[in-house]
Amino acid sequence: MAEVSVHLCGYLEASAQRFSERVAVVDTDGSTLTYGELNERAQRIAGFLVAEGLRPGDRVGLVQPKNAAGLCAIFGIMKARAAYVPVDSTAPPARIRSILEDCQVRAVFADSRCADLAPRGAMVVVTGDDSAASRKRGSMARFRAPQSAGDNQKRARRAGTQVAWRNVLEHDPCALDSASRKAGDLAYILYTSGSTGLPKGVMLSHANARSFVEWCSAVFNPNEYDRFSSHAPFHFDLSILDIYLSVKHGSTLFLIADELGKNPRDLAAFITSNRLTVWYSTPSILNLLAEFGGLNRFDSSHLRLVLFAGEVFPVKHLRNLTRLWPSPAYFNLYGPTETNVCTFARIPLPVPEERTEPYPIGWPCSHCTALVLDEAGEPVSPGAEGMLYIAGPSVFDGYWGRPQESAGKFRQSEGRRWYNTGDVVKQDPADGFIYMGRRDRMVKRRGYRIELGDIESALYRHERVREAAVVAVPDVEAGVKILAYVGTAPGSKPSIVDMKVFCSQALPSYMSPDVFIFRDALPRTSTNKVDYQVLTAAWAGV
Amino acid sequence: MNQINEELRQYILSEFLPGEQPSNLRDDTPLTTSGIVDSVGLLRLVGFIEEHYGIVVEAHDANVANFDRIADMAAFIERKRGAAA
Repeated sequence: MAEVSVHLCGYLEASAQRFSERVAVVDTDGSTLTYGELNERAQRIAGFLVAEGLRPGDRVGLVQPKNAAGLCAIFGIMKARAAYVPVDSTAPPARIRSILEDCQVRAVFADSRCADLAPRGAMVVVTGDDSAASRKRGSMARFRAPQSAGDNQKRARRAGTQVAWRNVLEHDPCALDSASRKAGDLAYILYTSGSTGLPKGVMLSHANARSFVEWCSAVFNPNEYDRFSSHAPFHFDLSILDIYLSVKHGSTLFLIADELGKNPRDLAAFITSNRLTVWYSTPSILNLLAEFGGLNRFDSSHLRLVLFAGEVFPVKHLRNLTRLWPSPAYFNLYGPTETNVCTFARIPLPVPEERTEPYPIGWPCSHCTALVLDEAGEPVSPGAEGMLYIAGPSVFDGYWGRPQESAGKFRQSEGRRWYNTGDVVKQDPADGFIYMGRRDRMVKRRGYRIELGDIESALYRHERVREAAVVAVPDVEAGVKILAYVGTAPGSKPSIVDMKVFCSQALPSYMSPDVFIFRDALPRTSTNKVDYQVLTAAWAGV
Repeated sequence: MNQINEELRQYILSEFLPGEQPSNLRDDTPLTTSGIVDSVGLLRLVGFIEEHYGIVVEAHDANVANFDRIADMAAFIERKRGAAA
């Protein structure tokens, strides 16, 4: 069957026709689902959701460790024409709650540990919980939109309704209605760090994601014999390539459990024993593999592509990796969550011994157009630094519930919407764009973007903190080091151990500051703003 | 044992708690479960212990029971050394 759907789940439906018996996904426990099974499960999940009143455009949360149930849920949610909202299940509970409440999820797929974090009124499907008690709980309460105050009260009473995964998988499948699908329908929302302390939701449509997947198809040319890694968690935008490129081509997707993904020795063995052909991750994990994975003990001849994105790859670590894994082609992919990948560069091998500067982010992908503009919005002269703007079908629609902030990110020109990436680049005639840094307060760490103001907001919630200022400085090993300058009342300085523990409860681990520096008062500019330049310079002088 | 505890304390202070008073990092201060040492930090800590004490830490040994507190790490190192002797 030719793939005619305009939604992402059309990829699955086409592969279920062509490759029904081929393995679509290898779960974290080694069990497998064929394309036929994956599609049928997704169809049943959609049938359940639609029967329970989910409507097109509704949002459904996904809060659980990565596994095949989560993948089934993603496709099931999309088949119901709803949008999935994947959330880091290891994030602090308050952060998870605020995300689910922000986008008003109507249902949540969660493991039993996170089930209680769903907002009032949202139905919870407890994945991976097949206990008899949970089966009995599966009373299939409705969660239709409230029509009146009376309905609201009824809905409130239904808060916390939990349904077992097994009940959902036993539901009748939904009828396939690909004709009603629109390319511009919302597919998923990915939350990223926000400068005010509240994460913001990047809304991506099916058309946005598909334009990127189609570009990947043309450039990387996968087929049904490819074996893809799925290292990135589903709430991280690297997962879009893993899932949809693999499914589009009938390849096999190997889900890597969160714990395995952080253990380089076992991960190296996993890559070889499963003979993966396509690897995609942040440079951070590739660096850990090269440094701690003992890669020289493993055959890597099966790897044909190594793709990395999300942060700058320090050249000495990339050189080390390419020596240990000499056979694959290496690509640096660049793009914020708002545009998905929009520029790319193939790394010429070998990496010269004397090279120290990072590789460029390269040329725009064929579905994107790039502009480099100065502060006044005028094109810069060739080779000069400027802000990178991107236009094209993969560029997002906006932030959930933040129309003003969304509008401020775009520039209208030549009848197109240009997204301001906030990244400063310059163009080299041979190599394409070279990433120079940022002019705002966003940094990247382990592939995650972090608004430093988000960390400050968390620090201010500590009872002894009167002032907080966070700066990031370059670091040879980690890429960036995050410094927290904290002002406290005289005599009430908390210990650094206290601050670390506090941050681990208030923030995802990748946002926790590396260094705490206590001051009686923070330096101020003449307009009484925190003087970040002085604080950054103070560290350089340490 | 005390020497190992002090060496671990110095390493953890310099790597994960720069500027902290040594007295605030006790032998029973939780490290991995409290978020002071994250998963990447644990790899570095294991690397330090392997190199400094000449032992091999198997993947299944790098768990909370052995690595959450300085006291547990020191006991683990002693056991490993004893087994190798």
